[in-house]
Amino acid sequence: MTAVSDPSSIADLAAEATDTRVNLDFESEGMTLNMGPQHPATHGTLRIVAKLDGEQVISAEPICGYMHRGYEKLVEVRTYPQINALINRIDWLGSFANEVPFILAAEKLMGVEAPPRAQWIRTILFEMSRIANISLFLGDFGLQLGGMTAGFYAFRDREHVLNMIEAATGGRFHPNFDRIGGLKDDLPKGWIADSHVAMDKLLAFCDEMEDLLVGNEIFQTRTRGIGVIPAEIALSYGLSGANLRASGVDWDLRRDGCPPGLVYDQADWKVWTHPDGDCFARTWVRLQETREAAKIVKQLLDTIPAGPVMAKVPRIIKVPEGEAYVATENPLGEMGYYVVSKGDLVPFRVKIRSASFNNISIVPWVARGAYVPDLISILGSLYFILGDIDR
Amino acid sequence: MIRLSSADTTEATESTEAVATDEAREAVLAELTGRLGDSVLGSHIRPGDDLWVRVDRAAWRRAAEATRAMGFTFFDYVSAIDWLPSPFGRDMDAQEDLVVSGAAPKEPAPIVQGYAGGETRFQVIAHVYNIATATGIHLKADVPDDDLSLPSWSSVYAGANWHERETREMFGITFDGHPNLINMYLPTDFQGFPLRKDFPLLARRVRPWPGIVDVEPMPGGADDAEGDDQ
Repeated sequence: MTAVSDPSSIADLAAEATDTRVNLDFESEGMTLNMGPQHPATHGTLRIVAKLDGEQVISAEPICGYMHRGYEKLVEVRTYPQINALINRIDWLGSFANEVPFILAAEKLMGVEAPPRAQWIRTILFEMSRIANISLFLGDFGLQLGGMTAGFYAFRDREHVLNMIEAATGGRFHPNFDRIGGLKDDLPKGWIADSHVAMDKLLAFCDEMEDLLVGNEIFQTRTRGIGVIPAEIALSYGLSGANLRASGVDWDLRRDGCPPGLVYDQADWKVWTHPDGDCFARTWVRLQETREAAKIVKQLLDTIPAGPVMAKVPRIIKVPEGEAYVATENPLGEMGYYVVSKGDLVPFRVKIRSASFNNISIVPWVARGAYVPDLISILGSLYFILGDIDR
Repeated sequence: MIRLSSADTTEATESTEAVATDEAREAVLAELTGRLGDSVLGSHIRPGDDLWVRVDRAAWRRAAEATRAMGFTFFDYVSAIDWLPSPFGRDMDAQEDLVVSGAAPKEPAPIVQGYAGGETRFQVIAHVYNIATATGIHLKADVPDDDLSLPSWSSVYAGANWHERETREMFGITFDGHPNLINMYLPTDFQGFPLRKDFPLLARRVRPWPGIVDVEPMPGGADDAEGDDQ
């Protein structure tokens, strides 16, 4: 665990973050640059208003809301099984991972536990969505920095894991497979063997990416020492996932706060951290995570217990009165749902704590003083999904 | 991390762990109470799982400083809960519907706050985390209707900046001392606060309850009547 230094200094650091002075020897006229709403580096419609002084960014303010769908309002008029289909669309690259914390929160309130087989398959699919999500990040980040090849390789190899997700759930992107008390279905025949093959291909892809992208000299020049986030700042902004671990904080909800219903303790794996906190560290940690995820999947595939995939739950799901917060380590970081139930068919209030919202809120702090091309590296390496910011 | 070797050890391990973490949360609550004194108005502990503390509105910022000093350095989120039972819910008809159907208006259900109690319709809720001990605290504060404001956390936890903007936009609760309390998602001239319970969801006004066609009623169950309007 990284030691966090004196807490009183955070006030100064926060004040500094809102301070827009730029320390230049000569006065020059600034200009405002609108990056977006549509820009390749924002994978969607996020607009960055950057105030520049020459090539240097004085301040950068992300403008959200081009994709706000109001999920927190919509879920208040939907039953729990209906919500499951909706929240698939929050982080659309790792959809299955969105369902799990919500289902676990409902299960916690109901006092239901999924059978072991369902917990195993849940964890496997969770890690598969992580691989599907992060492998695209590796390719996409390469594309943003001018390495087209990485993008093609990522799209090619991501297909292997998407095929497995589709074979098990019926949906390539939006599985809607998790249920309160278990899973919709058991695995199809031959899926376990096929998944082993797919994971081997993904492990080869990781090795390839390590040489092709992360080991590339141009890539390293554009990411090393750029957008450094110290651990203390990362924590106070609530950065999570690989962004936090790249700042040297050894914290992973899969290991340290794993909610009941996922079986990460049944596999032997490692949480990777990096001390640098720069764009390179964030990419490197994600690459290692993809590898670990494939290893977790391979181990769990061999130990899936037999039995049913669905616990006994009532046909009409009414969640008892209470409040519960369940967060899991999603591909993008900590994703949590604070569910308030009044004992009805619909939840009374759901607060969706999505990872990208916190992760991108640090942009004004980290982009200050950076150069315009570095802004692309910073945004790309913080890795956000628009649906995960705006919800 | 506890590794379970076989099925028969599961129960014993879990029960001892639950008691241990419960004590840890009691200790956290005791320390927070010691730091904040009378400002702690209520609390709730779910053993082995979570801790809720309700603090006085005036001490909201002080509570953040206290939790931060106690090692709860990871900022999770700030949001709010509107405890008003929805006037557009399944059991309640909107006033416009009453004009059409001629039905007598139903009495609104009483406002019942959740864990750690409460006195007001709106409550602000925040979650902070201690990554060294893997415990979190849910902090709540009552916000009276006639003065929907709280001290801002943004100078204590930098991440609160955006969350408070979102809460202001969605619930109309302002945060004193916030540097830039502008809209996050909605246009600047948007009227109303969408996540308040009395803000109608237009899609449901067009196609009102029961809109739960997917839910098959239980034969002879209490929910049988709900599907009749289909």
